[in-house]
Amino acid sequence: MSENIANLEEQFNRRIANGETIEPKDWMPEKYRKQLMRLISQHAHSEIIGMLPEGNWITRAPTLRRKLALLAKVQDEAGHGHYLYSSAETLGISREEMYDQLLQGKAKYSSIFNYPTLTWADMGMIGWLVDGAAIINQTTMAKCSYGPYSRALLRICKEENFHKKQGMEIIATLIASGLKGKEMVQESLNRFWWPTLMMFGPHDTNSPNSAEMMKWKIKLKSNDELRQRFIDMTVEQALEWGLTIPDPKLKFNGKIRSWETGEIDWEEFNRVINGNGPCNHERMGARRTAHENGSWVREAARAYEEKQRLRNISAA
Amino acid sequence: MSGEIEHDQGDLWEVFIQEDDNAPHTHAGSIRAADPEMAIQNARDVFARRGKAKSMWVVKSDHIKATTPDDVAPFFDPTADKIYRHVQFYKHTLDDELWKKR
Repeated sequence: MSENIANLEEQFNRRIANGETIEPKDWMPEKYRKQLMRLISQHAHSEIIGMLPEGNWITRAPTLRRKLALLAKVQDEAGHGHYLYSSAETLGISREEMYDQLLQGKAKYSSIFNYPTLTWADMGMIGWLVDGAAIINQTTMAKCSYGPYSRALLRICKEENFHKKQGMEIIATLIASGLKGKEMVQESLNRFWWPTLMMFGPHDTNSPNSAEMMKWKIKLKSNDELRQRFIDMTVEQALEWGLTIPDPKLKFNGKIRSWETGEIDWEEFNRVINGNGPCNHERMGARRTAHENGSWVREAARAYEEKQRLRNISAA
Repeated sequence: MSGEIEHDQGDLWEVFIQEDDNAPHTHAGSIRAADPEMAIQNARDVFARRGKAKSMWVVKSDHIKATTPDDVAPFFDPTADKIYRHVQFYKHTLDDELWKKR
């Protein structure tokens, strides 16, 4: 029996090495399944919780154009959550279980959404920095070995570019509006820069599962590699806009043509990821309330379906 | 599952979208919904927010019968040795190797 499993695992590893995708009904090591479940459900939760900081500004968007864009963006995030929950479901965990984990505070989601959105510039900052970071992560992950996740990510990536660009438009407009607008953007950048760098996760040297996940192509580039790619791209953009990255140690290394940064405050990262960031309680409270308030809708939908079904039976 | 939170997310449905004239309906993904009407509306909201849909089907996931990885080989194998089903099997030029052998 154990020899059999060793065989299966060898076959599985060979398929991964050949660049084949793994589909829901294929045999897979339990740990591969568990890692994916954790990863995809966390990603799904992040999309759902990610709607909250932006939802905060829908009613206060400065123009109708901005309001429409923000509504569409938040709706996309709900859609992304759905793609991801269904791809996690193919691994054998139900959507109900995942919701339960989130609502009971047992599940993790991206730490960035535990920071408040205090000014309109934060809407631009989320698009430019947070969605920019997400694009770098997700375009890489779209080539991962698990078919349903890869396909969900391909769909997400197509939509994510609109998110980033609408954010950059907000920033450019604020900067162009004069000194006050630019100050607002700078202040927002000061708050979001470091938390965005934390989105890529701990250093490679401190990321115990990385090696196995890379072997299985659940992860294709290391945290530090992706973070560096983001830094190099974003610093250039900030300079173009005349903004200052809030890092006194930031300097360009001409030899490797790359930007070197100061150290991330990992204590802060751990604090926020473990539930004690500035908005963790608020986010969970809002999510729970929304879920509870939606309860009558779910009940009504089920009752309507039953009524229709009985009516069809008696008509037949 | 906790007793205090109710979670009925509806049934699982598979969504198929035709994106262009004369294109086949292809699988887009799955959604949850309580009934067929809600399923097709949810499918539109989740998978067709940016045009690119000419037609859409939804079907309850448990109504789909599918092959499993274990039976795929014996199930599709019988076609492998029927080379006469392929155009390459047939020759018609006079200098073909086939004729020379005769």
